[in-house]
Amino acid sequence: MKFKDYYAILGVERGATADAIKDAYRKLARKYHPDVSKEANAEARFKEMAEAYATLKDPAKRAAYDQLGRHGSGEDFRPPPDWSTQFGDGSGAFDGMDFADLFAGLAGHPRGGGRQGSARAMRGQDYEIAVPITIEESFGGTEVSLDLTTTEFDDHGAPRRVPRNVKARIPKGATDGQVLRLPGQGGKGFHGGRDGDVYLNVSLRPHRLYRASGHDLFLDLPVTPWEAALGASAAIPTPAGAVNLKVPAGTRGGQQLRLAGRGLPTPQGGAGDLYAIAQIVLPPELTERERSLLRDLAAASAFNPRRHLE
Amino acid sequence: MTSEHARVAWSDEGACLRLSELADLADLSEAELLELVDCGALTPDEGTPGQWMFGLTSLTVARTARRLREDFELEPHGAALLLIFVERIRRLEEELRDLRAQLPR
Repeated sequence: MKFKDYYAILGVERGATADAIKDAYRKLARKYHPDVSKEANAEARFKEMAEAYATLKDPAKRAAYDQLGRHGSGEDFRPPPDWSTQFGDGSGAFDGMDFADLFAGLAGHPRGGGRQGSARAMRGQDYEIAVPITIEESFGGTEVSLDLTTTEFDDHGAPRRVPRNVKARIPKGATDGQVLRLPGQGGKGFHGGRDGDVYLNVSLRPHRLYRASGHDLFLDLPVTPWEAALGASAAIPTPAGAVNLKVPAGTRGGQQLRLAGRGLPTPQGGAGDLYAIAQIVLPPELTERERSLLRDLAAASAFNPRRHLE
Repeated sequence: MTSEHARVAWSDEGACLRLSELADLADLSEAELLELVDCGALTPDEGTPGQWMFGLTSLTVARTARRLREDFELEPHGAALLLIFVERIRRLEEELRDLRAQLPR
């Protein structure tokens, strides 16, 4: 297993008081808690500091941790055999354990008898996983393959990390912020406690054409000034394939042209709409002929769009 | 390594959890959940008091409440207040995202 320097993670000295450890954890939690933080990698950072704090705030766990001596974070490490006699279940079996598992069952058991040793039912751990999907995957539904490492316990309550692969069907129309629950797919319960769950937090990846708002999709539709003025027919891409959209004569810039039912499917069996937002675009360079025609138009038209500013 | 297909419950499936089930899944007591309902941090999707039903969205809110309480070591009222703000920010961010989707790039 890899050693973790819990003191360094919390940014405190090894001899720090319990209050100093609590203070350091609280400051870091305010910065990195995934429910309140916008920092990149906040979830992983918070998990690390919560694990460090869970051990260092408990005198029995901290004493057991201190007995392991000083090592660098990430250093390959194996607890000394007498550590298990003093703090663990005496078996000295550390295979398949994570570093945090060493201290998981020690609370209130400064000398042995710990490590999930009580007969109290313990529910398995829940896991939350971010699942970014594309708009196309939301449109058609998709399957995700999740590689999980969940915790199981042997007959003596010693934890083991077990790699598992879970496949889950993401239903059609899953959008930003939706949550899927995979019942019983989390950590194993112990002593009759129920198995934990896995929660998938769905988000939509940015798309080069569409922006999603619930089940509605928005798309920028460039049109020429003469198409906007005279009307036109434009081929529009939708997740189900291209369709022709009638751009009505007199279309304004920013106007939303609605294609009913061409958005993402809804759970009720319907579908959101697709909105093409007209954007009036000039040619990057005008030809002499275009310039001449526009001059004629300018001379012929009495339209003043700024009359209300006068 | 084992591989299996998981059964999926979806947040759009509507009110499907009783108070006791919500408490079990969120790892909170029923009294703690009632306190969250009382202060407006959690809203039952259906039913009358005693027969409330909750959807998976409520489960997300309740699990957030437990995380905030445990991770920040807050007393119940402080946790409920923080939850109200976290949820308000989440809704505002959702609204902002929806409005941004409607703006041309």
